[in-house]
Amino acid sequence: MKFLCVECDRQMLFEERQLPGDGTLAAAFRCPQCGRAVGLLTNPMETQLVASLGVKIGGTTIEPQPLETVRGMVTTGRDDAFEDGTGETGKGKCPPPAWSLEAQERLARVPNFVRGMVKKIYADYARERGIGEITPAVMDSARSELGLEGM
Amino acid sequence: MPLNIRTYHELTEPDRSGLPSQITAQRRRVAARLGGVGRVVAVMSGKGGVGKSFATAGLGQALARAGRTAGVLDADFNGPTIPALLHIPVARCTVHDDAIEPALSPEGVRCFSMALLLQDGRPLGFRGPEAESHVWRETLEAATLREFLADVAWGTLDRLLVDLPPGIQRFQELVDLLPAPPAVLTVTIPTAESRDAVRRAMQFARERGAELLGVVENMVEGPFTGDAGEALAREFAIPLVARVPFNPDLRVWDQLAQRMMSSS
Repeated sequence: MKFLCVECDRQMLFEERQLPGDGTLAAAFRCPQCGRAVGLLTNPMETQLVASLGVKIGGTTIEPQPLETVRGMVTTGRDDAFEDGTGETGKGKCPPPAWSLEAQERLARVPNFVRGMVKKIYADYARERGIGEITPAVMDSARSELGLEGM
Repeated sequence: MPLNIRTYHELTEPDRSGLPSQITAQRRRVAARLGGVGRVVAVMSGKGGVGKSFATAGLGQALARAGRTAGVLDADFNGPTIPALLHIPVARCTVHDDAIEPALSPEGVRCFSMALLLQDGRPLGFRGPEAESHVWRETLEAATLREFLADVAWGTLDRLLVDLPPGIQRFQELVDLLPAPPAVLTVTIPTAESRDAVRRAMQFARERGAELLGVVENMVEGPFTGDAGEALAREFAIPLVARVPFNPDLRVWDQLAQRMMSSS
């Protein structure tokens, strides 16, 4: 999808994505000429349809995780359905980022069925950006930047 | 004065969402994952309860006994039975960076199924708005099929059998996801009612370019009467590849496996 600033006759550029709550997905676009910003707000049904397709509005920079949609969307999965194999610690030679206590508590609230994948996504996000410690603020940024509507 | 509105393609800055290219990347991932699969065979029927999963499991085990590499993707997400039929205990699935290891039957059949993921006795539930859930649920099941194809480390296989639920919807999803239509093995029971339902499914598959490999007539020499297997084979000019009695011995499946491997 593209947005046109009709007054300037210029294509507006994607700026950021947010998950403000209530199942809403917000994507902001800005006109490069006049600076006007508009927000695309999807209702929960539209958000769900996008998540169901396994695509991300605004794109994403991380590689798809195995069974990403299934693990993010299934509510009746077994807690012990998955175990980490070799290679789960991520790519590159950087040491894994630390987790703040608050971030660990927040991660502990994620259902086991999806927790391993969510933890890896946040760790990869932090590693790629040189972030040494994952905090709730980092988790919030990752959620909106990476398009984790389904998680 | 009307506003000066342009078309999507007149705006030349890239669409950062790139939804079509994300879909294309998903399809590429499926094709890459199945690059080592000799042939994908959909086991289908227009009718429920005719023994598709039973036949799929029997064929998969027979292929393995014959020294062939076989996988079974259980595409019946709401009534998955393949792990039980293959005698695969429910255990943790090992996740690597790029893929999930399939489960292994005692004969070496690789398998993936929703039964390996769900809590005992619980139906498949998805997170999402409950109202009008039919709008998105089928889409999510299609995404599940895509991930089962693309995200399981199927490796090199002579045959990947896809056990479909009754009806034609999941077959259509499979056709949409694969680089080329799968071959089809059809299962029926002898009755005229089954024949009529299965005929529609076979016609549907043929219209979508799928090669019909043959008909398996299941539950013969039992309480069901009719000649659905022969009739369908004659009508579609394909072989009746197996007639499977109640309590079949292994030879029935071994002969079916031989016939399946002799087809290209």
